[in-house]
Amino acid sequence: MNTIITALPMWDWLIEPLQFGFLVKALWVSAFVGTVCAVLSCYITLKGWSLMGDAVSHAVVPGVVVAYAIGIPFSVGAFLFGFGATVAIGYVKSKTRLKEDAVIGVIFTGFFAFGLVLATKIPSNIDLFHILFGNVLGISQQDIIQTLIAGITTLLIILLRRKDLLLFCFDPNHAKAIGLNIQLMYYTLLSVLALTIVAALQTAGIVLVVAMLVTPGATAYLLTDRFDRMLMISVATGILSCVLGTYLSYHLDVSTGGSIVVILTILFLLAMTFAPKYGILAQQTNS
Amino acid sequence: MTPSTDTPLSITVENLSVTYSNARLALYNASCVVQPGTITGLVGPNGGGKSTLFKSIMGFLRPSQGHIRISDCSVQAAQKRQWMAYVPQSDEVDWNFPVSVFDVVMMGRYGYMNLLRIPSATDRRVVSDSLDRVGLSDIRHRQIGELSGGQKKRAFLARALAQQGKIILLDEPFTGVDVKTEKRIIELLIQLKHEGHTILVSTHDLASISTFCDRVILLNQTVLASGTTDETFTEENLTMTFGGLPISSLPHQQNCTLVTDNEQQTRLAVQHSIQAQRQQVSAITTHNPSYLPQTCD
Repeated sequence: MNTIITALPMWDWLIEPLQFGFLVKALWVSAFVGTVCAVLSCYITLKGWSLMGDAVSHAVVPGVVVAYAIGIPFSVGAFLFGFGATVAIGYVKSKTRLKEDAVIGVIFTGFFAFGLVLATKIPSNIDLFHILFGNVLGISQQDIIQTLIAGITTLLIILLRRKDLLLFCFDPNHAKAIGLNIQLMYYTLLSVLALTIVAALQTAGIVLVVAMLVTPGATAYLLTDRFDRMLMISVATGILSCVLGTYLSYHLDVSTGGSIVVILTILFLLAMTFAPKYGILAQQTNS
Repeated sequence: MTPSTDTPLSITVENLSVTYSNARLALYNASCVVQPGTITGLVGPNGGGKSTLFKSIMGFLRPSQGHIRISDCSVQAAQKRQWMAYVPQSDEVDWNFPVSVFDVVMMGRYGYMNLLRIPSATDRRVVSDSLDRVGLSDIRHRQIGELSGGQKKRAFLARALAQQGKIILLDEPFTGVDVKTEKRIIELLIQLKHEGHTILVSTHDLASISTFCDRVILLNQTVLASGTTDETFTEENLTMTFGGLPISSLPHQQNCTLVTDNEQQTRLAVQHSIQAQRQQVSAITTHNPSYLPQTCD
């Protein structure tokens, strides 16, 4: 029996890497991060906040550098700067006649550039490449704890406030009309966005984290008209991509964040082409 | 003093001015009262400030001057008491959003639920009754984008019913709706009025106004006239409100230059006194019969 199984190349492909502790760790950390990002991505896709996600992820860089420099956990600095950038965006938008995308473009690149300047000036052992592109294979115990805290907090907040957040995405005017505090909902969604990015920093890195925040939700949105199913499909997509991506990066010796996002994108393209109702093929046969 | 829940509520708008961030004046010194327990029609040309007045009453935007009271309460206090229900214009809704008719109607109950928004038996019963009342019970599980134009309107009307708001604002409820649905919505609004709701409807369907509105407010950048339909909904007032254009052309009006002319006349209307405007209008109407409103005879 045993020999039959081991004879299958696929089985080998899956089992062989598991003898390495760092890879097992990387696998479940990335699966966890994939879950958190996938849950939030449903809200981000529906709210149309993809660009905001990109902005927050870039804006955390100076926070990470400052945190290392003064010796506090990187996640605290990242969260403060990420959230601070969204507040700055809101402020500039309300005080100028600029459209939101212009404001976002100005602010996040400003934060990011400031982070680069700091990182190259402040002497520290930060590897800029790891911040930008992630390094889940080399993740430390301490970073895992920070990832877990940020991710679990995000999941809890979304679980408890999921109906209000969905209403906020769908019809903020109605939320206001029934006396709910939409300002609070706005900042709740921004905080969980910043927290999720903190959680995903080590896995995907700043540059690619936006893919994990958008693509699973976008893929699921093409496949269903019901929010609960969208959530499940999104999470399945996220976990599958993260686990498969980590395996690929081990076997092919390529970037982990890169392979995760490549798989996410392939799954998206498949959904876009073959989705039963909203896929390109289905639309063509209908028209 | 708070009125008891059975007394119909009024809306009082006092000297309301709204300026948008691009410095466009949307409403200037508008004052009017929506009488309790009536259906009041809000009539005026596109760009005349109907939506702005609605959004001010609902507290969606902050007026630069003036205030709004719901009976004796502020708008915020009225919202906390679940008094204010709003049926949005169709183009304000994301019809691709993955929610069902039932989900949307249940959103009307959120203000009554605890923070986790877990529906109680009452919430479920009210939602189910509301769906029955608008005739959507059979398709409650459909995604909202799969509904016809009339069903979409009724879904959001059901949400207002589920909210049990004492005041219901409907923004252009008859656009993109067939005659049968329009009749059905009107019947429902009359029932709701008799149950003690105060209803404000904005519309440019002038033909139907006199069939169901007790009162009308004529709006073009400011309140030009308001009162009972019989006294206020006159050819003379309408011609003044729509800036001297033939009324029959307005519902189908697509021409941008016409709108611009219209706005210029409106600015004049705000500057001059209403009396002077009236004289001018009566002069136009006596000399040129084609300016007479044709949809409301």
